[in-house]
Amino acid sequence: MISKILTGTFFKAVLILNAVMVLLPVFFLFNSSLRETGSFAANPIELARKPAWSNFTQVWAGGEFPNFLKNSLIITLGSLVVILICALGAGFILGRYQFKGNNLIYGFVLTGMLVPAKLAILPLFIQLKWMHLIDSHFGLILVYASGALPAAIFIMAGFFRSLPADIDNAARIDGASEFQLLRMVLAPLVRPGLAIVAIYSAIPIWNDFFLPLVFIQSPEKKTIMQGLTVFFGEYSSQWGVLFAGLTMAALPLIILYLLLSEQFIKGLTAGAVKG
Amino acid sequence: MQSRTLKQQQRKFIWLFLTPGLLTILVFTTIPALTTLSYAFFKWNGFVRGSFAGIENFQNLFKYPWRDQFFAALTHNTLVFIAIMVIQTSLGILIAYALFRLKRGQRFFRTVTFLPVIFSLVIVGYMWQVMLNSYFGPINKILTDIGLASWAQPWLGQTSTALPTLVFINLWRWVGFPAIIFLAGLNAISHDFIEAAQIDGAKEGQIFRKILFPLLAPSMTIITILTFIGAFEWFDLPYVIGGTVGSPSGSTDTLALMFYRLSFGSADSVSNNIGVGSALGVIIFIIVGVGAGVGSNLMRRREVEQ
Repeated sequence: MISKILTGTFFKAVLILNAVMVLLPVFFLFNSSLRETGSFAANPIELARKPAWSNFTQVWAGGEFPNFLKNSLIITLGSLVVILICALGAGFILGRYQFKGNNLIYGFVLTGMLVPAKLAILPLFIQLKWMHLIDSHFGLILVYASGALPAAIFIMAGFFRSLPADIDNAARIDGASEFQLLRMVLAPLVRPGLAIVAIYSAIPIWNDFFLPLVFIQSPEKKTIMQGLTVFFGEYSSQWGVLFAGLTMAALPLIILYLLLSEQFIKGLTAGAVKG
Repeated sequence: MQSRTLKQQQRKFIWLFLTPGLLTILVFTTIPALTTLSYAFFKWNGFVRGSFAGIENFQNLFKYPWRDQFFAALTHNTLVFIAIMVIQTSLGILIAYALFRLKRGQRFFRTVTFLPVIFSLVIVGYMWQVMLNSYFGPINKILTDIGLASWAQPWLGQTSTALPTLVFINLWRWVGFPAIIFLAGLNAISHDFIEAAQIDGAKEGQIFRKILFPLLAPSMTIITILTFIGAFEWFDLPYVIGGTVGSPSGSTDTLALMFYRLSFGSADSVSNNIGVGSALGVIIFIIVGVGAGVGSNLMRRREVEQ
């Protein structure tokens, strides 16, 4: 009995310790964003009793930071539109039609999943230059879409396959075209799949800094995570402002995560959990 | 007649719906990947391709000055893989099991556990860089305050601690991921097994070791493969913290950083070498592909059918 209580306490302690380890740095980040830069030299850890909101206005002023955020939003949403439309169409075909070449196309999509995008960065760079898609949001959107699509198509094909075949035939007998079948009958039924694909694709795109680092040069086209690397250099001695910038870059996803944590967890682990 | 028009209509739609997605993958993933392979067999002058080079680029990779860099980086990647597997995966299982046992409040602790996974590595990297700052960072301050002043040190600034510290930061950011995967694995195990063992008088530790852990093998396979791929393509965190040269003194250099330097040049050598870089890219791809392929085959065979 006693040992049972002890093990119960032990596992609770593990979870509490883990929560503290996760939340302390995040709290430190938020708290520091509200402190005067001058106060850090005296004491690195101190509650921001008188919040210095001026850190945030300083980040926001000048228009650089809001512009980074806007660019990231355009790129993330743009990629999502391409990914969702393409994955819906391809998933529909691969999940519901039997035709010659079906397996071949599956294999092709699978190899797309195995290629690490970073290792193809050089030819991609030269190719984008040739296509006049360097330093362009549209070019970046296509590259992100291409990276996320193989997994997205697999997830969608799985969802389409799980729907009973009778639905299609019933709709066809009622005179629906294939396009109407997809748009009016099946698409609403695979909405949970689209949600998973959206989160699975959007979070890494929003968080990425590598592709913008290579493909985007104009300061006014930079994304938020790429912009942070500029910002971090500019304000390396102004800690209050620095933390305000990091907080503002982190906050959008944190808020979304707190609202939709179940969907986030499901979406981000979609590649690793069966079913 | 009707079925024929349906077939025709279907065939039209098959290609209409498939083409946009397949074309995007073809143009922006497949073709560049195949081109990387071809780049490795040519001489390069900056971004201009020269004559056919055979396997010269591959041979050069194993000569001065790249040989030492390559093996140092490979060692770092290997150590990081082992460290993550041992520390991060065991902690992931521990947290997963603690969550699994929890009757109330599971949702809260699960949300907290997974929170760092949604953070951009740029934010994670900078946040920890400041926290570990030698003079103004809170970590050293706390150590000093609790009487461990001798432990306070420039964690990211000295070769002996830089890589282990990076592994720790990686742990902070990632441990929630295996934890959630293992939790899903535990939740998928039928309660009949556990109840039967309990009736037979098995202790909790025995149930975990003899029943739950073996049944977690599929989750273990996935986590091992993903960790292997992640460790041998490790780039973002070392780049944000140590830059392209793996500061300090190359102690945090990785294969992917070396690949990046060779592709685009770096602060200490402005000129790039696309030929050798692409050869390295091909080698990284082979390591990851063969490792993940062989590993998953070996591990799948040991999985228990439930």
